[in-house]
Amino acid sequence: MLTNESVAQTIITQFGEAVSDFDDPYDLLTFSTTRETIISLITFLKEHSTLQVGFLTDITAVHYPDSPGKEFCVVYHLHSLINNLRLRVKVYLSNEDLHIPTAIPLFMSANWMERETFDLFGIIFDGHPDLRRILNMEEMDYHPMRKEYPLEDQTREDKIDALFGR
Amino acid sequence: MVSEELDIANKNLPAEQGPVQYVNELTTLNLGPTHPATHGIFQNILQMDGEKIVSGEQTIGYIHRAFEKIAERRPFYQITTLTDRMNYCSSPINNMGWHMTVEKLLGIDVPKRAQYIRVIMMELARIADHIICNAILGADTGALTGFTYIFQEREKIYDIYEEVCGARLTTNMGRIGGMERDLSPTAIRKIKEFLDRFPKVLTEFENLFNRNRIFMDRVVNVGGISAERALSYGFTGPNLRAAGVDYDVRVMNPYSSYQDFEFDIPVGQSGDTYDRYMVRGEEMWQSLRIIKQAIDNLPEGSHYADAPQYYLPPKQEVYKNMEALIYHFKIVMGEIDAPVGEVYHAVEGGNGELGFYLISDGGRAPYRLHFRRPCFIYYQAYPEMCKGMTLSDAIIIMSSMNVIAGELDA
Repeated sequence: MLTNESVAQTIITQFGEAVSDFDDPYDLLTFSTTRETIISLITFLKEHSTLQVGFLTDITAVHYPDSPGKEFCVVYHLHSLINNLRLRVKVYLSNEDLHIPTAIPLFMSANWMERETFDLFGIIFDGHPDLRRILNMEEMDYHPMRKEYPLEDQTREDKIDALFGR
Repeated sequence: MVSEELDIANKNLPAEQGPVQYVNELTTLNLGPTHPATHGIFQNILQMDGEKIVSGEQTIGYIHRAFEKIAERRPFYQITTLTDRMNYCSSPINNMGWHMTVEKLLGIDVPKRAQYIRVIMMELARIADHIICNAILGADTGALTGFTYIFQEREKIYDIYEEVCGARLTTNMGRIGGMERDLSPTAIRKIKEFLDRFPKVLTEFENLFNRNRIFMDRVVNVGGISAERALSYGFTGPNLRAAGVDYDVRVMNPYSSYQDFEFDIPVGQSGDTYDRYMVRGEEMWQSLRIIKQAIDNLPEGSHYADAPQYYLPPKQEVYKNMEALIYHFKIVMGEIDAPVGEVYHAVEGGNGELGFYLISDGGRAPYRLHFRRPCFIYYQAYPEMCKGMTLSDAIIIMSSMNVIAGELDA
């Protein structure tokens, strides 16, 4: 039976300095890595004889405009169906350099997930064969899920928080 | 070779050689965006060599409603209305999945009775989802009779929803911490009636299709996908199980007391359209088993957790009880404080693993909410499954994949 600690230890032994911030919120092993390591890390997890992380559940991103140098976080959710082990891997990117290698050679499902992340956040997946918008129209020149694009018209005055006692 | 080149070639040839013979010219065919057979709004641009599909490309995004963005300004209760509109064929599953995600974040333990009621509602929703998928697969192959028979049963499921929460399609029956209402005696009677009647209808439906020569000719060995490719493409749910992988979130990561029930995971072998159809059919029987166990062993007790700061109090309480009024006001105005944290919670939706990734920064609304929509992830395998098939097969493959346009775009 694999525990989060033993899996974390295996990953640390292999990658050392390149992985950090180990945590398990709500029992889901979470850690960060760098963009140089991410593909070799996923390959290692996939090909490891006991871990056998053979399923990519999800790729998405989060925007943290207030943390300089770490504005964007690409989040990978991986799943080992044999060991029933879920992993969350994070890669922080700075606003100036939004490049990260694509995971398509490892998982076909990464194709649309990466296109969606590009569409909504503007993360550029290097090596992606077809990095186009998927949910929004081609003519759009911004990435709508970033925090600088608020949802509602900010000039509206009938919905300000002060009126609701906040 | 395009026709202009053919003309030029013909002009330059000596007259005695005759015109150049026809060489394979591909036809570009737009299937959709709105086509009666595409089950929603998605465009498929197919390259056809005669009747055969050589390659295809899909365009989605015609009804993108930006749920993830809207959710960043909404308190947790108001997000329920968004989740209901994703997979609208089985909205209770989305609904419960969302509430369970929030409960996980807030650390609320839901009483057994509420968990069992949730299981009943989710399994009814799964049956409704599979009824639609299988019946319309029949309709797409040209067999309309089965569709008209079994669709009445979906209406009966909607009657049960109506009894439980008042709505039929976009049900909002869950609450953070439990259910909005307890099951009324009428609701229990209706569920038991459904359990009595549905097996007969389902048997009749299966007699019409399962060994039907014409139906089998249309679906066997159509749109097959190997287990390895299916996993690589991120398939989950009946589509993955049809390929032979017995992955089911209800068994692997049980939620809402699924570990208390006995049921089997049906698996197929070849991952073709017939296997997908059969897996869905068998899952309906398993769902009936689960509902029967849940309704027979429905525990006594409260249908909501003792968490007044999160559970929206019943309206009668609000009129009489000051505490309830305060909490009602705070919850409705979005004043509930959520702890800082990040949660991933997955439920087994009608068509696969439906995941909710929620990041809370302690505010009244999620900092980031991402839905792992199963059809968005596996629909990209559609061109590969269609390759070498005919146009009429392409319609059936799409139908059997159970792609729901509302969930595709979210």
